[in-house]
Amino acid sequence: MSAPIQAAPPAILTHGLRKTFGASVAVEGLDLEVGRGEVFGLLGPNGSGKTTTIRMLCGLIEPSAGQATVVGIDVIREPEAVRWRIGYMSQRFGLYDDLTVAENIRFYAGVYGLAGAERTERIARQLEWFSLAGRANQRAGELSGGWKQRLALACATSHDPALVFLDEPTAGVDPASRRLFWSLIRRQAEAGMTVLVTTHYMDEAARCDRLALLSRGHLFAIGTPESITQQFGLPTIEDVFIELQRRDEGVVV
Amino acid sequence: MTRRQRVTQWPFWSMLWKEFVQMRRDRPTLAMMIGVPAIQLVLFGYAIQTEVRHLPTVVLDESHSSESRALVSSLENTGNFTIVGEVRDRVELQERLESGAAEAAVVFDPQFEHDLKRGRAAHAQVIVDAADPLASNGAIAGASQAGAARSLDLLRTVGRGGPSIDVRVRPWYNPGLKSSVYIVPGIIGVLLSMTLVVINSMAIVRERERGTLEQLVVTPIGKTSLMLGKIVPFLLVGYVQITIILVLGRLLFNVPILGSLTTLYLMAFPFIVANLALGLLVSTIAETQAQAMQMGLLVLMPNILLSGFMFPRQAMPVLAQWIGAMLPLTYFLKILRGILLKGIGMEVLWREALILCGFAVGLIALSVRRFRKTIE
Repeated sequence: MSAPIQAAPPAILTHGLRKTFGASVAVEGLDLEVGRGEVFGLLGPNGSGKTTTIRMLCGLIEPSAGQATVVGIDVIREPEAVRWRIGYMSQRFGLYDDLTVAENIRFYAGVYGLAGAERTERIARQLEWFSLAGRANQRAGELSGGWKQRLALACATSHDPALVFLDEPTAGVDPASRRLFWSLIRRQAEAGMTVLVTTHYMDEAARCDRLALLSRGHLFAIGTPESITQQFGLPTIEDVFIELQRRDEGVVV
Repeated sequence: MTRRQRVTQWPFWSMLWKEFVQMRRDRPTLAMMIGVPAIQLVLFGYAIQTEVRHLPTVVLDESHSSESRALVSSLENTGNFTIVGEVRDRVELQERLESGAAEAAVVFDPQFEHDLKRGRAAHAQVIVDAADPLASNGAIAGASQAGAARSLDLLRTVGRGGPSIDVRVRPWYNPGLKSSVYIVPGIIGVLLSMTLVVINSMAIVRERERGTLEQLVVTPIGKTSLMLGKIVPFLLVGYVQITIILVLGRLLFNVPILGSLTTLYLMAFPFIVANLALGLLVSTIAETQAQAMQMGLLVLMPNILLSGFMFPRQAMPVLAQWIGAMLPLTYFLKILRGILLKGIGMEVLWREALILCGFAVGLIALSVRRFRKTIE
């Protein structure tokens, strides 16, 4: 009797995930399943709980209730075990301005346990993949937004994580850089990396395989971009988003 | 499994490497780390260097003898005293001292010469306004010098077993008379406390402000690796600072180094670590660099006032002594003064060294405990 071949566990699986800060509820009973290799978008107005959700899944903040497994590991019980398998890129990029481009990659690769020839090879690979080779020896602080963003992604993925979290990675970046960045995200996904991304840009939302819409901490809708627009009977994701924001904040557009 | 274990070490080495690269590039901080000790030492040092000469002195000579006059002129010859007049009695003496017309007084008992003739030790008293400890130091030095000179003269004329002159200095207004040489070694300790606590706490808070700490805590780097990665580079800074102060202190101010430097450097280790850990602790509380700076100064004040650096602990109220006992600097000062000025070593100072080790271990444990790999 051989054990049945088990499919790899989903990249993310949450059940009843909840987070309160004092009296206010940031995330309310979130059930989410994200498959391997998916580019999954988390959408919602400011304060809808996107960042809180990502931070719970990274083990940066402890959920008030509920369960969450990331690449098959319980985040709440074993946050450190999860950390070897994920990458995280925050809104603020988390780069060291006084280190060069190559040094930033080297540092994060090292922190993720890479060393020696493997690390050297990985630094070269990241520089090439993320079109950073031309400025390898420039200080990160001297880079413009688009370069910083690509460097941050290179740093977050040097250890080939199974899953990478991108928290509003393209905020404040010019359109050409955003386009380049998304082609990089898609290539990572094709290589088998799961990507969970939050964004405010509707064209970016449309590039995701699946979307989850959050509103005031509640999961409002989940599915492919097409299924969501159909569900709301609205022509684009942008219309759905504005509708949500109107209900959330009373904003009349 | 061994490979896995080796891998988990890399975050620490990576952290260490990053800290050194950053330190090398942060010129202003580097300049502060090296410049501050040099500037402080020169400032403190030259203030101490002001040697007290020509202290205005009155004489109360109740013995009216040739011996008393000879001692007065010996005192004057040291250059530390200038006789500004004679007084008739103790009341007048006190008036002169209180008014500030005189800062020292020499008193001879009626039986001064009598004692000498009987072959007994004769006592002369030098009273000093020790509100200014520097003045009293000058007086002590001059008085003992003069006393020794006269005794030697007497020895020559009378021969072995003859009488001696014992000049006693009575510091008034500041019974806990403190020697200025105590300050220079103390500067080492105070400076280390000041710069290390502040620099280290700011180093972590800076990471928090720039958003890199958030990035770091999602990586698999352990809390201890993170903390040690911050401590080790600054350990080196601490030793550089000690060396600068010792070299400058020796060259500019002739600070004695009587004991073993190896022992001193060895015992500095737990002290530096304790201060760095204190910096880490501050950084777990402070949210901005400005807050960290202010908390650092808050730590500094009791260190200067209660550790025995400026004022003797014996003269403090019990509560202040207790607070002083909770400062690593209090123990390190004993070590510094013991090794540099008295030439004693581990055999006497082991207790202080042990206490410092306790501080180091305790403070590291506390800051690792307090540091959370979460960002709430």
